[in-house]
Amino acid sequence: MKRIEANHVSAWYGGFKAVDDVTLAIEPKQVTALIGPSGCGKSTFIRTLNRMHEVIPGARIEGEVLLDGEDIYASGIDPVSVRRTIGMVFQRPNPFPTMSIRDNVSAGLRLNGMRKKAELEPVVEKALQGAGLWKEVRDRLDKPGASLSGGQQQRLCIARAIAVEPQVLLMDEPCSALDPVSTLRIEDLIAELKDMYTIVIVTHNMQQAARVSDSTAFFTLEVSGDPGRLVEVGPTSKIFTKPGDERTEAYITGRFG
Amino acid sequence: MSTRAPASTLRSGRLAARSAVAAVAAGVAVTTVAFWLTPLQGRADFLLVAYLAGTAAYLAVAARTEGRRSVVDRLFAVLMVTAVGICLLALGSVLVYTAARGVKALDWYFFTHSMNGVGPRDDAGGAYHSIIGTLEQVLLATLISVPSGLLVAIYLSEYGRGRLASLVRTVVDVMVGIPSIVAGLFIYAFWVLGLGRGFSGFAAAMALSILMLPIVVRSSEEMIKLVPASLREAAYALGIPRWRAILKVVLPTASAGITTGVMLAVARVTGETAPLLLTAFGFDSIHNDPFSGPQSSLPLFVFSQASSAFGAAVDRAWAGALTLIAVVLLLTVAARLVTRRNRLV
Repeated sequence: MKRIEANHVSAWYGGFKAVDDVTLAIEPKQVTALIGPSGCGKSTFIRTLNRMHEVIPGARIEGEVLLDGEDIYASGIDPVSVRRTIGMVFQRPNPFPTMSIRDNVSAGLRLNGMRKKAELEPVVEKALQGAGLWKEVRDRLDKPGASLSGGQQQRLCIARAIAVEPQVLLMDEPCSALDPVSTLRIEDLIAELKDMYTIVIVTHNMQQAARVSDSTAFFTLEVSGDPGRLVEVGPTSKIFTKPGDERTEAYITGRFG
Repeated sequence: MSTRAPASTLRSGRLAARSAVAAVAAGVAVTTVAFWLTPLQGRADFLLVAYLAGTAAYLAVAARTEGRRSVVDRLFAVLMVTAVGICLLALGSVLVYTAARGVKALDWYFFTHSMNGVGPRDDAGGAYHSIIGTLEQVLLATLISVPSGLLVAIYLSEYGRGRLASLVRTVVDVMVGIPSIVAGLFIYAFWVLGLGRGFSGFAAAMALSILMLPIVVRSSEEMIKLVPASLREAAYALGIPRWRAILKVVLPTASAGITTGVMLAVARVTGETAPLLLTAFGFDSIHNDPFSGPQSSLPLFVFSQASSAFGAAVDRAWAGALTLIAVVLLLTVAARLVTRRNRLV
């Protein structure tokens, strides 16, 4: 089970600095929530944890991200293998439109060379069960992934992410495009998944952070256009009851943001 | 239907359908009377004046019951329907006229025989050799231009940055404007004469692929760019390498659009005549080998038959033109069926 340590991570989009000097440890088998107002750099930061940030043209980072002590930004590290170890679920459900439900789940394995149907079949079932979607889709695995509802599509994306058996699961506002019922199902799912994965979740919703996470990191920015900074991190119960910083208190009590 | 101003501010008058029909009928009637009583005459003139008078009467009646906004709405609806009608009329008349003239010489004999030994006045002969030629030449041109065009499109949309990419893009844009005869002349000078390879279906295919390439590149590039970045990110986040994500996620998602672009290019070059004159040259007998010796094609067949003064040859030209339209239509429908599954949702 993997522990992630981010040391002095700063991130840029071209000339714009989005994240400034964040140092944060993410403990294994826990849910770590990143909260903060819009533009505070939490989504950018989570994308630096599996080298998804550099996919955007002109984006770069400084600092180091240690996965069990190994810097994923060291030279000679293949970003593709980093992403196989650290999976990601995005804000908007993004199933592959040309693939069936079954093929969506097995995409990560199939496109990395695993072709045998007999080996893929149990993986698909296990991943869909893991994502709490198996009962709803087992009769229509050959239907397109886009035929599902928004909440089901997001659970399909979670199934797709866990099918490659990553060590860490990053979730970038996984519920912000979903209705409350679907949100609740995803939250229950997160609680189940944390026994097996280290989970980092970005959320706008403070109640959600309080419900699902073990520790919480609060990010903010001074004024629009400034880079986002980490204000404090600690056990969720402490952050939400006795925050150490008045900006955190102002945010969680709803006085700004 | 009352013509009074309505009491409610939310409610406005509405023109009854029968008033509209009556207004248009009145306009047409006035025109008929005018053409009867005055020196006005001519079928086309009558249609134009009747159209204008009918539209004017329709809008005038509408203006009595309805507000300014809905009258303007009706005016633009008339203009749009007219524009669509003109476009469909042009397309429809080409199809109907070609079909009407073309069916005369169109029979099984036409599809199974060549023009070998058939004179312009003979009521015999067919386009078999030309159909073979067109299919082979267009297939070869597609085989040359689609793989290379797709690779360029992938480079431009996924990898191309900086000066090389903008240079490639400019060259492709310039290529769109190359007159087809110039493409033919180039192959004629370079391949047929320069390398001494002589006329052949393959030379024609090369000339056609010069014309197809820029269309394939630009349409495929646009289609690939339409694939949402979120799908690429989803693939990367699964640890799928970039080239595989392009091959297995991006291209399938864009395939319906890419096919449409390829079919446009195919349709465009299937009817090309000028470059074929200098490359395939044309031939009266069946010649299946596209790599050596002159070959016929449907546009060349139509061209040579239509140049004749004799009725039998002209009938064959129309039948050839109809066959050409049918070939393009069949290819398009087939391509649509193949890619229907992969629609962007």
